[in-house]
Amino acid sequence: MRYLPKSDTDRREMLAAIDLKSEEDLVSYLPPDVRIDKRLGIEDGKSEYEIVEYFKRLADRNASGYASFLGAGVYNHFRPVLVDAVVSRGEFLTSYTPYQAEISQGTLTSIFEFQTMVCQLTGMEVANASMYDGSSAVPEAAMMAVRITGRDKVLIARGVHPEYREVLRTCTQHQGMPVEGLAYAKDGRLDLDDLRHKLKEDVAAVIIQTPNFFGILEHVSELSHLVSAKGALLVVVFTEAVALGLIEPPKEADIVVGELQSFAISPSYGGPYAGIIATREKYIRQIPGRLVGETTDAEGKRAFCLTLATREQHIRREKATSNICTNQALLALMATVFMSIYGKEGLRELAEQNLAKAHYLAGKLPLKFDAPFFNEFVVRANGKSPDQINASLLDRKIVGGLALVRFYPELSDCILLCATEMSKREDMDAVAAAFIEQ
Amino acid sequence: MSYPANFKYTKEHEWLDVDGDLGRIGITDHAQHELGDIVFVDLPKPGSKVTKGHSFGSVESVKAVSDIYAPVSGDVIEANGLLSKNPEKVNEDPHGDGWLIKVKISALAEIDGLMAAADYDKYVGAE
Repeated sequence: MRYLPKSDTDRREMLAAIDLKSEEDLVSYLPPDVRIDKRLGIEDGKSEYEIVEYFKRLADRNASGYASFLGAGVYNHFRPVLVDAVVSRGEFLTSYTPYQAEISQGTLTSIFEFQTMVCQLTGMEVANASMYDGSSAVPEAAMMAVRITGRDKVLIARGVHPEYREVLRTCTQHQGMPVEGLAYAKDGRLDLDDLRHKLKEDVAAVIIQTPNFFGILEHVSELSHLVSAKGALLVVVFTEAVALGLIEPPKEADIVVGELQSFAISPSYGGPYAGIIATREKYIRQIPGRLVGETTDAEGKRAFCLTLATREQHIRREKATSNICTNQALLALMATVFMSIYGKEGLRELAEQNLAKAHYLAGKLPLKFDAPFFNEFVVRANGKSPDQINASLLDRKIVGGLALVRFYPELSDCILLCATEMSKREDMDAVAAAFIEQ
Repeated sequence: MSYPANFKYTKEHEWLDVDGDLGRIGITDHAQHELGDIVFVDLPKPGSKVTKGHSFGSVESVKAVSDIYAPVSGDVIEANGLLSKNPEKVNEDPHGDGWLIKVKISALAEIDGLMAAADYDKYVGAE
């Protein structure tokens, strides 16, 4: 797709065609109070050299050389240089999900690989071409469960990322889908009594996260028995994909959704990332978004095509399974390249490093919950203020953890810490010291 | 293909074959022809209710998914199990083996509003 600039003559002709005199006339209908009536604070007439200098100076103000122990949905992992080398290729970098899909066999092949890897990672049978991110995949899974079960209620554990829960509420509030929270127990896992109490015949989906927001592993298998016995679907969410290198894939789930930011997608400023949705083959017609399938061409050669597109918005209009009518191709490709580089063994080693470092750091600190965790854990500040601890760490060029009070008022004295393969021992020791020193 | 004279028809191209208070429902030869190769049929479970004029399932062809509307209201007593493995039966024999569901009709008066075969033939000819 090329972007061609317009000349002044083009602009005059376009305006004349709609009987307008100036570009200003195009926006004259806007009420004055929503318009900016002053010039933006951008200087005129800078040379290229000055512009480069300006941005260099601005970039120097970025904090660099900081160690980070902040996780909570976005993780600080190493990005192999090979990833950018592959995704920067013009054929990938400038492509949009192709509408004339089958002409772009390269793009379709990479998406097919992605779907295959996501299935291997999650233990599911089918995966789509990717979602916008992990959070927006959650309401899609909930709506899928509603369509499949013919019920309307959704239960979501408080151990699911708080922002994911908020996205679910935003998307379901006008859909006639009541959403109810499920408490966590003393050990940080889902409270099974609360689930048993709320799991009635009107529940379409039970949504849990593992490792959950506190970093703790949920009992997926046990939960799946409870949930399926009541005819509801179990939706398993993950935010830390690296954990799947080590823990059992959530294969007892009916739908798995998650975030692949950990797989070579830069934390940036909170996005863009890439989400996944995967399910069992019997639910394939209810999965939202694009699907790439393998087929043979007119000459009998292996080829790839978009399949089951009849569920999608451009064909089924308002009756489509979802409003998502594209995917997150470039970022999903980063994750695909990442998975290809690491492979099954590499991902396992990476996960083991995360586990070892997190448990090294956790071993020095007073933990809030007593349950198995991966690379995140909740620490009690023991009389100190979480903000104080983080401030003192920042002075030592260390970004601390998340003060949980923001999402869990009852955990006002707790910090969620994350250690990854990037965490150095001296920094971990400094973090531990900050909790103890007066 | 001719339209069976003993069936009743809707403007949305479903047919209804009435036997007492029982009715068999399918889509017409015209409908299957317009849809093209049918690859999947989504039908309601026995025990569920259908309402005249409301969608009770869908037929998916290689080019579209179309809702199927109930010609009459009633309770579903059977869905055609043959179609889960052989959806192409709807193309091959739309008025016979390709039937979709059987219902116990709850309001027999609703049948009066449906078209006779000759009227339906004229209707699709004019469409």
